[in-house]
Amino acid sequence: MERQDEWVRVERTQAFKDLVARKKGFIIPATIFFFVFYFGLPILAAFTTVLNVKVLGPLTLAYVYAFAQFAMTWILMHLYVSRANRWDDLVDQARREAAGEAEGAS
Amino acid sequence: MSDQVIAIIFFVAIIALTLGITAWASRQNKDTSHHYVAGGEIKGWQNGLAISGDYLSAASFLGIAGAIALTGFSGFYLSIGFLVAYLVVLLLVAEPLRNMGKYTLADMLASRFNASSVRSVSALSTITISMFYMIAQLNGSGALIGLLLGLPYWFSVIVIGILMTVYVVAGGMVATTWIQIIKALLLIAGTLTLSILVLARYGFNPLELFAAVENDIGREALAPPPPSGLTAGLDVISLNIALVLGTAGLPHILIRFLTVPDAKTARSSIVTATWIIGLFYLLTPILGYGAALIVGQDAIANANAAGNLAAPQLAEVLGGPIFFAFISAVAFSTIVAVVAGLVVAASSAFAHDFYTNVIRGGQATEQEQFRAARYAAIGISVAAILLALPAESFNVAFLVALAFAVAASANVPVILLTIFWPRFNTVGAVTGMLVGLISAVVLVLLSPNVLTGPNPEPPLTPIIPIDAIFPLTSPALVSVPLGFLGCYLGTIFGGRGAEREREQGLQVSYDEIRVRANTGITNIEQEIQAAAPAEEPRTT
Repeated sequence: MERQDEWVRVERTQAFKDLVARKKGFIIPATIFFFVFYFGLPILAAFTTVLNVKVLGPLTLAYVYAFAQFAMTWILMHLYVSRANRWDDLVDQARREAAGEAEGAS
Repeated sequence: MSDQVIAIIFFVAIIALTLGITAWASRQNKDTSHHYVAGGEIKGWQNGLAISGDYLSAASFLGIAGAIALTGFSGFYLSIGFLVAYLVVLLLVAEPLRNMGKYTLADMLASRFNASSVRSVSALSTITISMFYMIAQLNGSGALIGLLLGLPYWFSVIVIGILMTVYVVAGGMVATTWIQIIKALLLIAGTLTLSILVLARYGFNPLELFAAVENDIGREALAPPPPSGLTAGLDVISLNIALVLGTAGLPHILIRFLTVPDAKTARSSIVTATWIIGLFYLLTPILGYGAALIVGQDAIANANAAGNLAAPQLAEVLGGPIFFAFISAVAFSTIVAVVAGLVVAASSAFAHDFYTNVIRGGQATEQEQFRAARYAAIGISVAAILLALPAESFNVAFLVALAFAVAASANVPVILLTIFWPRFNTVGAVTGMLVGLISAVVLVLLSPNVLTGPNPEPPLTPIIPIDAIFPLTSPALVSVPLGFLGCYLGTIFGGRGAEREREQGLQVSYDEIRVRANTGITNIEQEIQAAAPAEEPRTT
């Protein structure tokens, strides 16, 4: 029971709440976006011919879309990592806040 | 014949190098932690290279080049899916896994569920996935070495089997990691050289290469095949589901995140891996179309119906026998490195999850655990060799697709719900894993991969001359939702509810999981106390 209290104490710190809110604020929309963008290619390719047109010399729209998936992966990855590296401070802060609270309680 | 002598010299050099690494690593392989996860001391860039090494298997190097050479754009789906999969890994799985796991995937599930059933089923799915993957690699390598060196299939399988056993038993995860790193560097060097040689023929302009494809092979090679009915369309979607989700459930990739010290390093290793893997896949159309133009589609299909020898054939035309031998040796190093990583994943699941924690109830001594890990590595290797020997006529792509589909169906739902669903319980976890595992395997057995009918289209080879009962070649479209459904229904109907399970000690409180997954705090009392004294000087 004691052990559980410690976890709840961390969970209730402002820093932890901020951390989870910021993570959700990025991860949920990013995940929805990349799934839609990713499945757009096979769905369009399997059921329509809109991707079969040439857009850049011999390059078809299908290839342009495919290369855009590479760009999307790299861009989303760096957007996430640059944010997540800043969020690490919130973890330390949550630890300190919980510890400070424990001090005050005892 | 002289070509073969050169090839053999390269092969022997690679074997000597990897055995040298193993001898060096064996001195560091001193306890279970080093054996399973290299002591958690691998650096971010090293792990990034090792992930790339684990990931870029023979299916990537030989398979995709061949698929693009023979089928054009359709082959490129594999490259896209295998890459975008890392977003699933990075955003949803890697950090919670690093924060909650220890040696295996089951450890991560067990940090929430204190039930031996969860551990056993997770070990079973890890071993099943790794086994299919290993048989595929051994099978592919047997065929490759057979064609390159003229050695019989069984001989190649046994040689690679013995090598992977030696690497893992003597060197553990330390040796496996360094073999992956060397292999990743060799593979990048080989692929880059091959691509530059191809592009040199087309004025170093990829668009000129594409224009040549349009002129010499036809426009259809540059576009997806025209829509041909619902089944074919659904099959494409199903394949893409397995590709994008499967990686997040592959045990040999997931345990790589346990070899680094913290979530931050796990992140940075994904950045390195995603750049290397992405740049590699970006080169696959150059290799594939280059082979189709320079070697010729007929010559590729004659050497191997699935096109698996396209890259080595291209190397021979462009760089002569020495370059051919080099590229073949790179393909060989690719295979041995991947099978070593798979042996670590499968044998840890057996020794750590099943023997130490289920049979011995977590009571085995360090020495017993270490011995069990090594015996398990021998056992898993022998089993993989015995299963690969009669599988010579099996289609390699089918075995890899099966591994990805099982990983996506059995592991991904349970991993995600363990992290994100407060109501999830042990019955749901066990049901979900079993439903995902069994449905993926059964659907593949009923699919055109196995029930090929009397005259299947190449590259499928006839196995059972009955028409398929399940129409899709990839089961993920059905089996992944079934895996999630199994988790949901098991939780709702089969259990005592998460709250009751907590009271009975079958699972820890979700508060703990939420904090652990997000922060990486494991030993809460100590870490909070450690933070407390530091608080005072900082605030004043």
